[in-house]
Amino acid sequence: MSQRPRFIRAQRMTIVNAMLALVVLIVILQLWLLTATMNAYLGGDRDVALPSAIASLVCFGLNLGLLRYLFRLD
Amino acid sequence: MNERGTQSQRLTENQSIPPDARPLALQPRWRRDFPIDWEQDEYVSRRELVKFMVLTSAAFAVGQAWLAAKSLLARRAPAPRRLPIATVNELPVGGAKTFFYPEGSTPRLLIRTGESAFVAYDQQCTHLLCPVVPAVEKGCLHCPCHNGWFDLQTGRPVAGPPQRPLPKILLDVERGQVYATGIAEQA
Repeated sequence: MSQRPRFIRAQRMTIVNAMLALVVLIVILQLWLLTATMNAYLGGDRDVALPSAIASLVCFGLNLGLLRYLFRLD
Repeated sequence: MNERGTQSQRLTENQSIPPDARPLALQPRWRRDFPIDWEQDEYVSRRELVKFMVLTSAAFAVGQAWLAAKSLLARRAPAPRRLPIATVNELPVGGAKTFFYPEGSTPRLLIRTGESAFVAYDQQCTHLLCPVVPAVEKGCLHCPCHNGWFDLQTGRPVAGPPQRPLPKILLDVERGQVYATGIAEQA
């Protein structure tokens, strides 16, 4: 039976820093997406709302996956 | 591995080394009483920040979903019905009148630009919602709050801070009566 690898603290610190960088990047992308969509929506262009909502949900799904990995790390 | 070896490894992995690198027994009493593990503290704070950022990500996703739902519902909403808003003789050329379309909406502005030409727009400036006033002689609508200007014929911003056009009300003139028939979406 295979066991999950146990990382020493320095390794876990590196992993959590990398995850934090990825999550922050994705959140910045979502912020840009929301700003651009809101601008288009208020300007009367409502066609972009659905595709950008799907993209934002995909980003959130990625973040959830990273969070799940974070919980498995401990 | 024996018990002592395991304990030694755990100490190496999970205990912070004091700043002066002396053993804990030689440290001052305050440090022995409160041996803050700074590395562990940093790890926990980073981990908590990741959780908070994921929560922020969820909030953005909910915001996007709300916008998408609103745009889908707006597509399915029935168009506002045709509404008489003024008579042709009521307004001189260059004159203006406010009205509400559909009923209960924000104020709209009807402007007579010629003998048989009328235009109507939402009266709220698309910058910060101040009421715009017609400047028919200049062919513009003026927002005095921040000196914003819109083209009278199209409603598009021509100067000042506004970036988006004024929502345009579709009109129909029939037997001396001016009707509002819909709202044009202007991208």
